[in-house]
Amino acid sequence: MKFLTYFLSRTLTFILIIFIGVTLVFFLPRLMPTDPVEIMLNNIQANSSTMDADSVAQMREVLTQNFGLGGNLWDQYTAFMRRAVLTQDFGPSLSMYPTLVTELIGKALPWTMGLMLTSTIIAWVIGNIIGLLAGFRKNKLLSKILESASIVLYPLPYYVFALTLIMLFAYIIPIFPLATNVMGMPWSWEYIKNLLYNSFLPALSLILIDTGWWVLSMKTISSDITEEDYIIFAKLKGLSKNKIMWNYLAPNAMLPQVTALALRIGTVFSGAMIVEILFSYPGIGMLIYNSVLQSDYNMIVGTITISILAVSITTYVIDLAYPLLDPRIRLR
Amino acid sequence: MKSFLKYSNLQLKIGLILLIIIFTIGFIFPLFRGSHADEWNSYPKYLKPGIEHIFGTNALGQDIFWLLAKSIRSSLIIGLIVAFFATIIGVFLGMLAGLQGGYVDRIISLVMDTFIVVPSLPILILIASLLKGQTSVLAMAAVLILFSWSWPARQVRSMALSLRERDFIDTACFSGESKLKILIKEFLPFILSWSAANFINTILSAIRMESTLAVIGMSNNSLATLGTMIYWALQYQAMLQGKWLWIGVPVIATIVIFGALFMTLSGAQKYNATKRGQLA
Amino acid sequence: MLKLSNVSARYNVFDYYVNVINNVSFTVNENEIFGIAGESGCGKSTLLKVMYDFIEYPFEITSGSVELESAGANGEINKYKNGEIRNRRWREISYVPQGAMHVLNPVTKIGAQFYDTVSRHNKSVNKKELNDRIVAYLKELELPPEVMKSYPHQLSGGMKQRVMIALATFQNPALMLADEPTTALDVVVQRGILGMLSRVQKRINNSIVIVSHDLGVHYQITDRMGIMYAGEMVEIGPTDELFTNPRHPYTKMLINALPRIGDISQKEGISGTPPSLRSPPPGCRFASRCMYASELCKKLPPCKYYISGTHQASCHLLKGLYPKLQPEEAIPRD
Repeated sequence: MKFLTYFLSRTLTFILIIFIGVTLVFFLPRLMPTDPVEIMLNNIQANSSTMDADSVAQMREVLTQNFGLGGNLWDQYTAFMRRAVLTQDFGPSLSMYPTLVTELIGKALPWTMGLMLTSTIIAWVIGNIIGLLAGFRKNKLLSKILESASIVLYPLPYYVFALTLIMLFAYIIPIFPLATNVMGMPWSWEYIKNLLYNSFLPALSLILIDTGWWVLSMKTISSDITEEDYIIFAKLKGLSKNKIMWNYLAPNAMLPQVTALALRIGTVFSGAMIVEILFSYPGIGMLIYNSVLQSDYNMIVGTITISILAVSITTYVIDLAYPLLDPRIRLR
Repeated sequence: MKSFLKYSNLQLKIGLILLIIIFTIGFIFPLFRGSHADEWNSYPKYLKPGIEHIFGTNALGQDIFWLLAKSIRSSLIIGLIVAFFATIIGVFLGMLAGLQGGYVDRIISLVMDTFIVVPSLPILILIASLLKGQTSVLAMAAVLILFSWSWPARQVRSMALSLRERDFIDTACFSGESKLKILIKEFLPFILSWSAANFINTILSAIRMESTLAVIGMSNNSLATLGTMIYWALQYQAMLQGKWLWIGVPVIATIVIFGALFMTLSGAQKYNATKRGQLA
Repeated sequence: MLKLSNVSARYNVFDYYVNVINNVSFTVNENEIFGIAGESGCGKSTLLKVMYDFIEYPFEITSGSVELESAGANGEINKYKNGEIRNRRWREISYVPQGAMHVLNPVTKIGAQFYDTVSRHNKSVNKKELNDRIVAYLKELELPPEVMKSYPHQLSGGMKQRVMIALATFQNPALMLADEPTTALDVVVQRGILGMLSRVQKRINNSIVIVSHDLGVHYQITDRMGIMYAGEMVEIGPTDELFTNPRHPYTKMLINALPRIGDISQKEGISGTPPSLRSPPPGCRFASRCMYASELCKKLPPCKYYISGTHQASCHLLKGLYPKLQPEEAIPRD
């Protein structure tokens, strides 16, 4: 019963979060002192040749239509929410007319999710294992070295590593490619090899920093738990160190880390975005960036809304995993 | 001083030394030099490093070393301002939510969680694109503050929740003290000492956000910060041309600043723990 | 069969020492329940740690020895000194720690936690059979088999304590150490636990050492008792004798403070606090709170005197009345 209440309250919270997030996306352009239609017109005129007055007026009509700026605010809002959440119709991309925004997102999203999920899982697993060992055997030299390494890695912005790796391994020692260019038909062996080759550096930029974070936080948690009575008693019971670490320490230390993982998905997504931009990796981050550069309003709104949806749902799923692991919440 | 040396650890010492170096470069050195060294076309372009220009000059005619100094200063100042206001807002809202409970708590928590779950970078990019070209430092800072208050608020809220349950608060309540007095005398000391430690974290997060935006060109490009320095270097294909100093210097400086701040923070925490007798 | 001889131990704190145990000697015989009583902080739990050979930095033994003697399977006598005793844990000697609430892993089932302890000593038995044996044993101790599949938070305090006792006695160890087994439990459950301990002892005829600050507990089931004060054993003897004829001033005050049915006299507490063990006083450690204290008491530590065959106490007042246990010598204190 307790689990059901937990499940319902979390679901409600996440629905509200998505709601607020998408509302934000709706309102922001309207809160700006500038008129998005005007800006769009200026940008279009700046990018291409100037248009005569009639064309400009026509353009303005079309843009206002597409932006959904016609009608009063409430109508706009309901129309937008209906489109964004239910039908997910964001219209055609302005810069890649007439390809639908959703189609472009559909192609890009798997790249981002693949990159993000792979790096996050690898970093989480490796980081937690290292942290667990470091916290359990606190005084060994290796533990202290790992801790210091994590302290240097953890606070850094993701672009620092992306740039450093590019400098080192794409320019100075050109092992890896600069921009992503995956060849071959999908899922042929050549394709997979190419995919891994191109994804290596982007993934590494994310993994290195994330691992630092998990190592550090896990070390704190695990060294705290090592002082708990049941661990001391487990030692008195004569259990082997390995058994204590994996059967007693790990299941308990993992719980706060699962919650932490859920909270971190937003940050990791932002990191994946910047890494994509720097490596020209064809994910949704790259889409957002390009759409902003080209003032492709439909795409901007579409990509950002989908990002919010994707991240919120991922966070939600991980959050729900928590009670599965903690019997104190699962059972009365 | 003696007790400092006795209880301090390597982390704290290295962190402080690096911080002093950074501070000197960013704030003390420029006092001996005019502030125009970073204006465009002050010097001939692409000069090799030498005595006149320690790191050489870049494609915009700026002396890289003095550009670095200015960038460090700007980045740190932005970080400080954002962290300051974000912490105040965060602590206030966190305490309000934790102590009041009920609807106030639920609404604040919802907004808080939204800002944590929803990825900040896309929204920041959206805002930046809408303000295209018109991003003043103030607007930049305001936007960053908007996204920085949620973490401190969350922590303070959970602290307030747990403190609320503690016995000494009940004692104070029963002894008839007014709620405001309780707030100030009992809660504030806890929360302030935590905020002091967390302040550095917030500075780091603010600099991180600002520089990330700047690197992809979404910030105010004429403002000299570490992020914009990297941006211009990328724009002018510094890597392709082998101008390693131009792109390398700000990257390394960023690493050093972040490392120094964080090492000082965790070193200070260890220092406190050792002083209180909790051996590592 | 457990003998402590002149054991002293201390904690090594950053830059000073806390002398928690000072020159403690006593013997726990076979087939008896031995109680250790004293106020909080007197060192009784620490003494159990010494007996259980749970000595880790910053805790260290500075002098004395602990010897465990037990009858082996073939009737031979095995002797273990401190350092070796830790290998005999759960075989000849077992331990029920203080606070059963917190010593169980919150995210694992009780059955699994029971199993992983006893499986190491029953390698020849297969899993199913061992689990069956555990369930049968739990039933004997009035615990339902559902306990095996439950998590710690689903059991009450009393049940958890029974599980701990079951765990400690499953291997029929010759000696069982119980640290405050009834603290934090209400009196009804307390009685049940004490009854269980007593039944177990009678069934397998082993020895149990019970540490408790509650004299009522000692009165109910212990055969012999030791009274501890500030890290020293001030009086040891048969429980009945200690209650009817206490010889040490501290024991006297403790017994007097106990309410009994029909007793309407005014009860007096013992004023003052135990001395700091960082720099203990040169003389008798109880001198500052003792109403019979003299100048000699404050300067010189007392030696031990025989009251009867099994009853001894350390107090200057007994000099001349009873024979000495060992030559009087100043015990060095650091």
